[in-house]
Amino acid sequence: MDCKYQLKDGCMRISMPKEVDHHCAEQLRKEADLLIGAYHIRKLVFDFSETEFMDSSGIGVLIGRCKNMGYSGGEVSAEHLNERIKKIFIVSGLHKMIQVTSEQTGGKLV
Amino acid sequence: MKNEMRVEFDAKSVNEGFARVAAAAFLTQLDPTLDEIADVKTAVSEAVTNAIIHGYESSEGKVTLSCSLDDQTAVLVIEDKGVGMEDVKKAMEPFYTTKPQLERSGMGFAFMEAFMDEIKVESKPGVGTKVTLIKKIGQREEENQDGCGDSSH
Repeated sequence: MDCKYQLKDGCMRISMPKEVDHHCAEQLRKEADLLIGAYHIRKLVFDFSETEFMDSSGIGVLIGRCKNMGYSGGEVSAEHLNERIKKIFIVSGLHKMIQVTSEQTGGKLV
Repeated sequence: MKNEMRVEFDAKSVNEGFARVAAAAFLTQLDPTLDEIADVKTAVSEAVTNAIIHGYESSEGKVTLSCSLDDQTAVLVIEDKGVGMEDVKKAMEPFYTTKPQLERSGMGFAFMEAFMDEIKVESKPGVGTKVTLIKKIGQREEENQDGCGDSSH
């Protein structure tokens, strides 16, 4: 799995892998939580630029990080979603939990 | 035209990607849209992940994926010989999960229902689970008439 983490001033940007499924979920969860705790992350951004596929296992990972960040009063957002990932967000209701920013409008999804 | 395929693989998470790609590749002969392919990949991924996590509880076992095509209808069957389920109806309720500690969202069956036309689940404790996913492929003609079809393929 190819997942990259960028940290700056309490903000962490996670470049999500090409396929976000159960297979990569565990590693993603462990690494993200470790970094969030160690660097006192207040703002978490999921970057889906490279992502072509996501299923409900990916949803689980995002909701889990959302909850963790919520306990510490942090904020979570997602960006660069392609049409398919947007659909997955909407079907799961994830767009109501995570702020989704789109480049075209700069605003919220739906 | 009728056509069938069947593959059997180990219940390992690395094979989730293989299973959904295999299903998608077999389906291409029906000339599906990218959306239809993505729908099937998502549904197959959910069913196979369930077989691995819940059916075999992450221990060893075999999962089979069979796919049969009849005209424009695709029928995909994902089967395991794992622990099975006592209450299928309960398992299919959105957000219900027996493994919240693994951060399962409980949306697997909801996703399968959302992205396929029809889904059937047969399960017996100690015997295994069989999930049948049905989808009619080829809504493209209608889309094209509306002028919003996918022209990329």
